[in-house]
Amino acid sequence: MAGGQQHTANSDHENHGDHGSPKLYIIGYILSIVLTIIPLVLVLNHVMSGVPLVATITIMAILQFLIQLFFFMHITEGEKPAYHVMTLALGVIMVFTIVAGSAWIMTFNASVS
Amino acid sequence: MAEVISQPVGHQHGHDHAHGHVDQESLKILGFWIFLVTDCLLFGTLFATFIVLRTHTDGGPTGKEIFDIPTFIAETFILLTSSFTSGLATLEMRKNNGSVQRLIGWLIVTWILGAAFVGLEIKEFTHLALDGATISRSAFLSGFFTLVGTHGLHVSVGLIWMLALMIQVGRYGFTAVTKRKIYIVGLYWHFLDAVWIFLFTVVYLIGVM
Repeated sequence: MAGGQQHTANSDHENHGDHGSPKLYIIGYILSIVLTIIPLVLVLNHVMSGVPLVATITIMAILQFLIQLFFFMHITEGEKPAYHVMTLALGVIMVFTIVAGSAWIMTFNASVS
Repeated sequence: MAEVISQPVGHQHGHDHAHGHVDQESLKILGFWIFLVTDCLLFGTLFATFIVLRTHTDGGPTGKEIFDIPTFIAETFILLTSSFTSGLATLEMRKNNGSVQRLIGWLIVTWILGAAFVGLEIKEFTHLALDGATISRSAFLSGFFTLVGTHGLHVSVGLIWMLALMIQVGRYGFTAVTKRKIYIVGLYWHFLDAVWIFLFTVVYLIGVM
C-alpha cells in the first residue's frame, strides 16, 4: 500500500515537470508543420496522382488530428475511467460511418447514371 | 481530468480530489469533451455532404478554378500557429509560477492570429461571391460555403469567447473557475485547428488536384 502511494506521488512529480515545459507543444507544432508541408508539396508538384495521393494526404490529416489530441489536448491525462476518450472514440466511429458510408454509397449513383 | 486543473493549485488541493469528492470542474471539462464530440458529428455530416456534392458544379466554377492557393496555405499556417500559441497560454496557466500577464499575452497573440484567419476567409468569400461563385450557384458551392462557413463561424465565436475570458482573467486572476475556462477554450481552439486540417485536405488540396 505504502509503496503504491509512493509511486503515485512520484509520478505526480514527474507530471509537474512536464506541465512546466513547452517541449510537447514545440514537438507537436514542428510535426504538424511537417505534416502540412508534405501533402502540400505532393499535391502542388504532382508527385503522385489519383487514389494513392488522396490516401496519402488523408493519412497525413489523420496523423495531424492525433497530434492535436495527444500533444495539445492532453487526451491521455485525467482520472480513470477516461470517459472523454470513450465518447470521442464513439464519435469518431460515427463520423467515419457517416463520411465513408456516404461517399461509398454515392459512387453507385455515379455508376448508374 | 481533475489533475489538469488542480495541479497548479498545489498538493493540498490535489489530495482533496484524490479522496473521491465529486469534482465539479473536471466534470465540466468532461462535459465540454462531449460537446466537442457532438461538434465532430456536425462537421462529419457537413463533410459527407460536401464530398457527395463535390462534383456537382452544374456548369459553374470548379474548386480548381476558384481556390486561391496562397490564401488557403496562409490560412492553414496561421491557424496552426495559433493552436500552438493557445497551447502556450494553457501551459502558462498550469505552471506553478505562471503569470496572468504572460497568459493574456499568449491569448492576445492567439486572438490576433485567429482574427487574421477570419479576415482572410471573409476576403476569400467576398472575392468568390463577387466573381459569381455564390452559395446558390451550384450544389458544390452550397456544400463548400456551408462547410467552410460553419468552421469560420466557430472560429469567430472562439474569438469572442477568448476576448471575454481575457477580461475575466485580468479581473479575477487565476481561480479554479478561470483555470477551467482557460483549459476549455484551449481545447476548443485545438479542436478547430484539427477540423481545419481536414478542410485543408478534403476541400482545398483535393479540390486543386
